[in-house]
Amino acid sequence: MTRKQKRFAIILGIGAVLALAAGLIFVALRDEIVFFYSPSEIKEKAVAVGTPIRLGGLVKKDSCTKSGETTRFVVTDGETEMPVSFTGMLPDLFRSGQGVVTEGALDTTGGFIASNVLAKHDENYMPKEVVKSLKARGEWQREPQAVDLATDTCSSRNLKTLAETAKGG
Amino acid sequence: MGIELGHFAFSLAFALATVSALAGLLLWRRAALTPYLQQASIIQFLLVGAAFASLIQAFIVSDFSLKLAKEHSFSAQPLLFKITAVWGNHEGSMVLWVLILVIMGAAVAAFGRNLPRDLLSLVLAIQSLIAAAFLGFTLFTSNPFLRLDPAPFEGADLNPILQDIGLAIHPPLLYAGYVGFSVCFSFAAAALISGRLDAAWARWVRPWTLLSWTFLTLGIAMGSYWAYYELGWGGWWFWDPVENASFMPWLAGTALLHSALVMEKRSALKIWTVFLAIITFSLSLLGTFMVRSGILTSVHAFATDPTRGVVILILLSLFIGGAFALFAARVGTLRAGGLFAPISREGALILNNLLLASSAAAVLVGTLYPLILDALTGETISVGAPFFNLTFGAIMAPLLVVLPLGPFLSWKRADFLGAAQRLAWAAGLALFFAILAFALTGASVSLAPLGLLLGFWVALGALAELADRAHLFRTTIMTSLRRLIGLPKSAWSSALAHFGLGVSVIGIVAATAWQAEEITTLAPGSSVTIDGYTVDFGGVTQQQGPNYAADVASFTITAPDGGKRIANPERRAYTASGMPTTEAAIETYGFSQLYLQLGEPQTDGKSVVRIWYKPFVTLIWIGTLFMAAAGFLSLSNRRLRVGAPRPARTRVATE
Repeated sequence: MTRKQKRFAIILGIGAVLALAAGLIFVALRDEIVFFYSPSEIKEKAVAVGTPIRLGGLVKKDSCTKSGETTRFVVTDGETEMPVSFTGMLPDLFRSGQGVVTEGALDTTGGFIASNVLAKHDENYMPKEVVKSLKARGEWQREPQAVDLATDTCSSRNLKTLAETAKGG
Repeated sequence: MGIELGHFAFSLAFALATVSALAGLLLWRRAALTPYLQQASIIQFLLVGAAFASLIQAFIVSDFSLKLAKEHSFSAQPLLFKITAVWGNHEGSMVLWVLILVIMGAAVAAFGRNLPRDLLSLVLAIQSLIAAAFLGFTLFTSNPFLRLDPAPFEGADLNPILQDIGLAIHPPLLYAGYVGFSVCFSFAAAALISGRLDAAWARWVRPWTLLSWTFLTLGIAMGSYWAYYELGWGGWWFWDPVENASFMPWLAGTALLHSALVMEKRSALKIWTVFLAIITFSLSLLGTFMVRSGILTSVHAFATDPTRGVVILILLSLFIGGAFALFAARVGTLRAGGLFAPISREGALILNNLLLASSAAAVLVGTLYPLILDALTGETISVGAPFFNLTFGAIMAPLLVVLPLGPFLSWKRADFLGAAQRLAWAAGLALFFAILAFALTGASVSLAPLGLLLGFWVALGALAELADRAHLFRTTIMTSLRRLIGLPKSAWSSALAHFGLGVSVIGIVAATAWQAEEITTLAPGSSVTIDGYTVDFGGVTQQQGPNYAADVASFTITAPDGGKRIANPERRAYTASGMPTTEAAIETYGFSQLYLQLGEPQTDGKSVVRIWYKPFVTLIWIGTLFMAAAGFLSLSNRRLRVGAPRPARTRVATE
């Protein structure tokens, strides 16, 4: 090969690899992203059953029922409520009034089956997406509502123990 | 008193770094200045070291008049966690970040005696400039030396999730990697300013790249293992923005490591190598910004503050913008290097760089896309594992396919068929193992056997390179052995690193494709069986730790071979901070692990339990240990030492 041909072959190869990579990224950005919705947005946008989405909002006060490894709770944005069913272990800090983000899809009954409840290991943490959607609905309060952990149906036994210790001294 | 001295030393370091940077940038042509800059770099290190020591001392004696100690420490914390609490928060971790930065600067000053003086002056000046920027940032936006009056009686406790040996290991390693790339950046900028950009430059930069890359590899691997056992989700990589922030510099750094090799040996790829050196540190800075500004939602907790984020963003754009302006101004003056055919070692390394750079770009796009879309359309989206698995996987697969061929190709022009022939037995063996695994496990048709094939191919290909160089089976065993021992360290280290990568790939594929998971509610005395392992639940008892109360479960695991072990996962409640945590119990069998997580104990004595069986999962981290060992081995190579005398111009390649 001549000098020119060599250089041409190399540049052609580089171009081909880059074009393929760019194409791949574009296709994946179109197909593989997950939208975040509040309960109201799910209703407005008529999200199809089975589409993977993220649902975010506040855990409705005392809305939890636990049976074995499955927990049912309600996520609210102040306007609309969405019943959620989750099988697995809830994050340690899960409780009423807390902001949550869950991953999953709608089922045929209009409920949400969560495959994952995202955790953050900070007591005062409120997911950014939830803050944004609550602000949009005018439901945003800087100070989270006070929840009596000892009687809250949503908080874990650990949180209850902590609440009792705090009361005791 | 110690804290005030520390504060003073830190401020002095800021002043000194500023003066060094200005003096060095203005007067770098004067050789007389160089020794002063060297001394200044070492003094910066001593000053920041003293400041860091003063913080550690205050934390050890639980001096809660120090605001930082009050907010992040607790008198009943074990000593190790009192020390690590210093960097278990934003302010303190910035001090650690800066400390490692000035250590790197001091190391350049100490080991760079044989560098040309003008280049050394410039490198130290730019290193001081970066140090000044981040010393200033720490002092003015995140001062860790503030006092409280009156002094509180007790501290608020370190975030319980951070009360772990992982905090002692992971951040220092990760920062050493991140910040180490600042030296490559400084060398690149210095080369562009002075116009000294040749094969010797690549030889000077390579040890720093290697050092940073090795630390970053260890840091990421440690962080991944820490998240795996501490977060209790059974996962070891979540494609979380904070993880991506550390992974992008690693990908770019890996590319830099390989392109500097081409530049050193063949004087080609100069422009690209300098570009990569700038990009790698830019990605480190971007990572620092993303982690600390809280602009992206991450699972890995860290105190974040958007106003500080803005300052880092400004510093980020100044350094990156400045470097690229310099790059653009100088790029025209660089001459193209040696010629080569498409099928050659150079060609293979270019492909390596292309694919690594593309994968870094894919990760970057995926990480920043939610921000861009939010800014443009207001829609909130998340780009999760499916995006990254598809793009990253599809870009990495061809890299793994061609990787074993690279070391068999000669420089300039190579015999592809010959290389393929010499690798035939490795390919055959890899195919055999993959088919065997497929036949034994009967996995449903998926990409797993293909992934396994790639892993074996890379690992065996690396061994094939060593075997080939030792003339194994072509001469007597003793001669081969002697040849093997006599191989240059560079051959050993590249084979070891590639072998480690193959091992990691095998671990990733096996643990992902063949893991078993069980979530169930168990009564005391009942049991559950997962992949041949029987887990008996013995019940839950309450126990008291040094600064927490815990529900501790007792499980007896019976392995398929009949051996019995006790596992005790816990749920803890930390009284000082009011934080609950879940501590998983992990039992290792060979390379595989059984991972037990305790759910909430219920009133009737039953408990929810989540169990994973993760086959060959430890190979993921063992592979990275091989890579890091390869890095250190390569660093011990005399030829790479910065302090080594400059070889004569007529030096011929010895390989």
